[in-house]
Amino acid sequence: MSHSLPALRRRAAAEVAQAKSQSQSQAGAEQARGPVPVITVQRLVKSYGMGEAAVHALAGPLDEQGRPQGVNLSIHQGDFVAIMGSSGSGKSTLMNILGCLDSPTSGRYLLDGIDVGGLDEHQLSLVRNRKIGFIFQSFNLVPRTTAVAQVELPLAYAGVKSAERRRRAMAALSLVGLADRADHRPNELSGGQQQRVAVARALVTAPAMLLADEPTGNLDTRSTDDVLAIVDRLNAAGRTVVLITHEDEVARHAKRVVRLVDGQVKSDVRQAPLAGPPPALLDPLDFAEHSLHAENQNHRHTQNPHTQNPQAQNPQHALNAKTGVQG
Amino acid sequence: MNPLQTLRFAVGGLAANKVRSGLTMLGILIGVAAVILLLAVGNGSEQAVVNSIDALGTNSLTVTSGTSSATSTATTIQPLTVADAKALANTTNAPDITGVAPEVTTSQTAIYNGVSHSVSSVIGTYPAYFQAANSKVKTGDYFSDDDVLNSRKVCVIGSTTASDLFGTASPIGKVITLGGTPFTVVGELATKGTSTSSFNDPDDTIIAPLPTVQNAFTGFGSLSQILVEAKSASDTTQATNEITTILMGTHGIGSASAVDFQVSSQTSLLATRSSSTQTLTVLLGAVAAISLLVGGIGITNIMLVTVTERTREIGIRKAIGAPKGVIMGQFLAESTLLSLIGGGLGVVAALIGSHFSIVGIKPVIIPASVYGSFGIAVAIGLFFGSYPANRAASLRPIDALRHE
Repeated sequence: MSHSLPALRRRAAAEVAQAKSQSQSQAGAEQARGPVPVITVQRLVKSYGMGEAAVHALAGPLDEQGRPQGVNLSIHQGDFVAIMGSSGSGKSTLMNILGCLDSPTSGRYLLDGIDVGGLDEHQLSLVRNRKIGFIFQSFNLVPRTTAVAQVELPLAYAGVKSAERRRRAMAALSLVGLADRADHRPNELSGGQQQRVAVARALVTAPAMLLADEPTGNLDTRSTDDVLAIVDRLNAAGRTVVLITHEDEVARHAKRVVRLVDGQVKSDVRQAPLAGPPPALLDPLDFAEHSLHAENQNHRHTQNPHTQNPQAQNPQHALNAKTGVQG
Repeated sequence: MNPLQTLRFAVGGLAANKVRSGLTMLGILIGVAAVILLLAVGNGSEQAVVNSIDALGTNSLTVTSGTSSATSTATTIQPLTVADAKALANTTNAPDITGVAPEVTTSQTAIYNGVSHSVSSVIGTYPAYFQAANSKVKTGDYFSDDDVLNSRKVCVIGSTTASDLFGTASPIGKVITLGGTPFTVVGELATKGTSTSSFNDPDDTIIAPLPTVQNAFTGFGSLSQILVEAKSASDTTQATNEITTILMGTHGIGSASAVDFQVSSQTSLLATRSSSTQTLTVLLGAVAAISLLVGGIGITNIMLVTVTERTREIGIRKAIGAPKGVIMGQFLAESTLLSLIGGGLGVVAALIGSHFSIVGIKPVIIPASVYGSFGIAVAIGLFFGSYPANRAASLRPIDALRHE
């Protein structure tokens, strides 16, 4: 089944080139900046209902007749984008479409060079399996299944052999610091641990991007810091991350912040250069100093900041050792 | 995704809800066991009929007086006589007949030592009867031709009669009073014991020399019937023709349509009974099949509940890349596993159950019913599981994930 993907990609690549030459819009302008975009969204509209009663969850700017023009967005390899917005701003709709869980009403979506709109259900499941790693707000672990089996699941669907599967799952679990919890079921893990299992599951297939929908929404500040530290390190190791949140503290970790209001992109701010580590790892001390978590700030003033900094506990070289995970 | 992995997911899914899975399996178990066992009971009663045909002797023919059908043109009916029996015993006219036993039948009360027992069938006949009727003596001996010629008051008694009059003591040589006449018991017959004769116990009988019984009870008039033994089971048709020819001669009847007697073989008598038990088997099978179907609907119901309950899980699996086929395979494997285990246990239960006799019938398992019902159970799992499985697999991931 996997042989169908390269073919699809070649076909889509030709279409991208065609689309590029046609559109000199925002996406085209960003194209010049650097590496291939992992995500290219063009004139994306998602509406619910028909005709007069239609509600546009994703609309973009309206033209003179009041018709939605659609959202344009392009995300590059290695970027760490936070999509922010209040409830109803369309961020979850965008996330579902980016994750191939939902299909847009109109518009084009290219994921890693593949036009997702033209895929059938089976190919979509392949795309979700190979290209996307999901992290959900509510963890969404499979009930009654051990942590290691959870992480093995995407590999099982990808047809990886049992021994290889176990090796890569254990590598991913140790990456999130849960190797000793491999045989625990979700109900035996804390919220933070469950979310870290979900992160391990998301990255075990070495997907083109990690898609996190309010990953810290159900976590306390301590677990939030744990999970975000892992995400920071994954991004520093080159993984593209798209993170949806409404918390400023979480968005601070991103290199680029896109704000959605009423289905339109309101602002698009770059906080750190595309190349290089995310802000949290750029200057860890300064980052911690400006933490919006009051609790963290107190700790910083009374203790050695290095013991609190997750990065200091988990040196970068640990990541590079897990070649199996990086695939 | 290899089949083993799918199977492991399915086992995990079933193990998550042990009581529910167990009860669903029970439905299939009962269905399969009912089909096998009820068909075995039907088959058992049919087998019992076949056995009783053998017990009566497949090569014996019964000649009775009277017309067989409405189309008969017989004007008067002559009774069968000892002369008729003697004519049949002529080996030149009837080469296919080896034995002839004229019979008179009556019911009498037998008394021994103050114990009274009403004997349903007291038969007066010749020693050839024992051979033709397939009655064998267990203890003692048959009465002889000499006893017949001298009209001795001797008799052979059936096993039921023996146990009722004598209990466990040996009846041989004892004198019983039958209808006021003393008879010496010379032999006891082996138990024939067929359950099909629910009206007449074939073991509740007293057999005595023909002239003795005629003298004491029935008088020297007509015979009840004549039992004829053919050379072999395949010669019964030939023998029937010879009997008809001879008796038409002795009765002075010219036309074959005007005969005043009938010749019937035991096989033909019992064929009717056999066909009625066959109807019983079909009915039992139909009832059992319905219960199997109900078990199948139980599977559908449980799988639908499972799918609804695990909608979110299905959403998660789809989000991390499970293709439709794998989701479908998992749920199909679960339902098939339910029916497979349920059916297997049903077969075991039926095999154990068949060792006990049910309403007096020893069940005889039909091998085809075992394979058949097991196969149907598995097919039911596949068929009734495919709807919920397809429903699970067709869920859109976003809808499944949002399901609470």
